[in-house]
Amino acid sequence: MINNCKKIVGGSGEGCALVTMQPINFLAMVDPKTGLITDPKHELHEKSLKDAVLVFPYAVGSSVGAYTIYSLREFGSAPSAVVCSKADITTASGCAIANIPLVDLPKGGAAIRQGVLTRVEADIGRITVKV
Amino acid sequence: MELARDEEEALAGKKGAALASAYRILVAIGEATDATKLLPIKWAHVSGVNYNTIGDAGVQFLDKFSKTARVAIMTTVNPMGYDRSHPEGIPEKFQEEQTSIVRSYEQMGVTPSFTCTPYEVFDIPQKGAPVSFAESNAAVLTNSVLGLMTNKESALSALASSITGKAPLSDLRLEEARKPKVGIEADFKFKSELDYGLLGYFAGKAVKESSVAFSGIAKPSTIEAKALCAAMGTSGSCGMFTIGQGRGEKISFTKKEAKAVMEELSTAEDGDVITLGSPQLGLNELDLLAKLTEGKKFTRRCLIFCSRAIHGQATKVGLTGCLERSGAEFMCDSCTCLTPYVTKEKYDSVVSNSVKGAYYLNYSNKVSVALKDFRTIAKEYAE
Repeated sequence: MINNCKKIVGGSGEGCALVTMQPINFLAMVDPKTGLITDPKHELHEKSLKDAVLVFPYAVGSSVGAYTIYSLREFGSAPSAVVCSKADITTASGCAIANIPLVDLPKGGAAIRQGVLTRVEADIGRITVKV
Repeated sequence: MELARDEEEALAGKKGAALASAYRILVAIGEATDATKLLPIKWAHVSGVNYNTIGDAGVQFLDKFSKTARVAIMTTVNPMGYDRSHPEGIPEKFQEEQTSIVRSYEQMGVTPSFTCTPYEVFDIPQKGAPVSFAESNAAVLTNSVLGLMTNKESALSALASSITGKAPLSDLRLEEARKPKVGIEADFKFKSELDYGLLGYFAGKAVKESSVAFSGIAKPSTIEAKALCAAMGTSGSCGMFTIGQGRGEKISFTKKEAKAVMEELSTAEDGDVITLGSPQLGLNELDLLAKLTEGKKFTRRCLIFCSRAIHGQATKVGLTGCLERSGAEFMCDSCTCLTPYVTKEKYDSVVSNSVKGAYYLNYSNKVSVALKDFRTIAKEYAE
């Protein structure tokens, strides 16, 4: 369990953790219809954000990435929650309008392992890993 | 972040659904950037206009949002997908959806600027004025060259600021974050605007902080600064640069790092079409290009993207006629990035001087790119 996460967008969500240390350019790297990461150079290439708990550092690049996050929700391909090391404005605004729970990890918090069933409760700042 | 009573009421929906959504966005980005409060701003520049970038979900969102949302402050908007006076080859569905997006923005009361270089078109407020700029090149340039104060906003956060007239007091709207805590030192002499673009792309990837100091380079000209800001905005989250020695960590930018960016983004030796304008070209770039190609003809199709305002000014001084005589074609209101004019069905590869353009042409349009600077392009492709 990880406590003291910072709530950015409230709500709760659960799914398998999809973890990367690489930033994401949502506009250029994500197919909003399928949720797949399309950039062959990204370590999550061909992995899907759909229903996952996306754990990544922060978004980079295009300001329009916020619409990509909104589009993922509209196409039913959104992650069920997002966890950042330092949420940026594109991710925060996209999740706010798409109602995707979003938290920042506390500094020095435990790592979340790839593929593990994870629950994010943004309002109380808690992440629970189900073994 | 503390909200005033009227802001709390708007967030709770007492002033309508559009303002409630806008405050919801502002609260989220305020929390993300550790803001203490919201601050009145003077100007919002909104991205998310090109149908290729926001798609059907974006079209529907804006259609609904614009029924009640109205801009509260001066609001300029980014380029759309194509030039409505050159619809040749643009699918009908694209034109219809693009028209719907434009209608939504106009209904909200924006200034129909369709430019990613609002800093070259509109009067600039006094130094230190807080603004809200989406469009990453414009945010970085506005902070670094013009001395206005903006965070690197998203399409939706700038829209939220546009209809509330407010933005979080945080990060690059505070003096402390504007002082760079990391520096990048270039150890070779830059030859062209392309070198500045390569530096920007490297810097965006290397720097996690909001501001960076560049040393070992001369103060960039406007043309060079545009290339630098656009590339830095594309690869990273850093929203400002200064020229000089920064405090703290120092990173080297040598020919090796420049070559690595070229290897990633310059994916062709040559191209079937030349596209110039990401960011859209300004008068000084058109002037340079006209001088470089005077009395010559482009040996392949050359598309020049600029704002309609700049096109008008360039026409008055004879620059558009001069470039058209060299065979160049102007596309107004649109830009190289994610343009439906350049698709993999039509072209295998593109020549451009824009590192930002090269990134989106490679990754989004799936077309390979030969990156060359202005002078090389004129030398190799105008006879």
